[in-house]
Amino acid sequence: MTKPNVTMTVRPLDKACSAIDIRGEVTAFAENVLMDVYTQATSAGARVIILNFSGLEYMNSSGIGLLVTLLIRANRQRQRLLAVGLSEHYQQIFELTRLNEAIGIYNSEAEAMAAQTTARVEARHD
Amino acid sequence: MTDPAPSPNPRDAGNWAQPVDRLSTAGVQAGGMRLNVEGRHLTGPIRGFGQMWQKTYWVRLSGAAVTPQEVVKTWKAEFPNFWPRGNRFYGPLTGIQPGEVAVLNLAGPGGVTAPGGTPVIATGIMVIYADETSFSFMTPEGHILAGLITFSASEADGATVAQVQALIRTMDPLYELSFRLGVGHKTEDDFWQTTLRNLAARFGVDGQPQMRTSLVDPRLQWSQAKNVWHNAAIRTAFYLPVALLKKLFGRA
Repeated sequence: MTKPNVTMTVRPLDKACSAIDIRGEVTAFAENVLMDVYTQATSAGARVIILNFSGLEYMNSSGIGLLVTLLIRANRQRQRLLAVGLSEHYQQIFELTRLNEAIGIYNSEAEAMAAQTTARVEARHD
Repeated sequence: MTDPAPSPNPRDAGNWAQPVDRLSTAGVQAGGMRLNVEGRHLTGPIRGFGQMWQKTYWVRLSGAAVTPQEVVKTWKAEFPNFWPRGNRFYGPLTGIQPGEVAVLNLAGPGGVTAPGGTPVIATGIMVIYADETSFSFMTPEGHILAGLITFSASEADGATVAQVQALIRTMDPLYELSFRLGVGHKTEDDFWQTTLRNLAARFGVDGQPQMRTSLVDPRLQWSQAKNVWHNAAIRTAFYLPVALLKKLFGRA
């Protein structure tokens, strides 16, 4: 089997939020790497996971399939999946595949975290 | 905290379709029932109703001296020829390329067709991705499945392997019912296994397709139940008498 040409690392941002830095290629070969880092982030208690795509070099349709399955896993764990660092090209792919309807896209991690904080406060007041 | 700076245009830029608001059949080969495609939105697994399944079908082309690139090139060029009998694929005039649309006229469950072999479900697909070793389709509103289907070839243990991988939900409650009864699953499985057997035969191989199925999400998306409004099987059923009369009088 071809080796995955990608590295992913978990970076805790606060006790409920972790970022996953993605560098390289997101294809079918990235499945184990992605699921491993997702498990790490979940084990650390993350309720919000921010996927940082600023190091993304290549993604094919199998990569999109991986993100869809990750999204389902996160939803089942009642976690929120967000994305930052998407170039215009990858934002268009999210739009094409409707991933933008389920994964919130933000310009920065600070913006993503602020939006989640606001959403939590509003949920508490409802 | 890092400030993410998006990477510049990557090398997959030419492999992806541009987002579209609504599909157009302007560039599709003539013929067939061109229903339920023009003006429809693309869906994908996010917008479907039923349980989400990942179904992978593959066949080893053992003994065939053919590369994955050659397999995919042939698959793209002769795509309709590999489909099971009773199903028709009216492809893009320019071939399978990102952004192109195709019209599908499909047989019903168990290969059922209307009199004269007329397919009973008219729908379509859009090619969202294509490279030298793979290509992917997404489906429009009304299609049986809301999903992403990827066709690919790769090398494994000294042989080229052709694969179809579908990440799918049924589009609406009626289609979901047919899958819960097992009819939908069997039709889908038979369809792609026959396709792979035909593809293998093209390369002189008596292929034995394999399959692996996993339930990705057992939940239903009730917010998408409204998709039934566009149900292509129902809409085609209303149109079929007209299509049969056209055929009878030579205006198909």
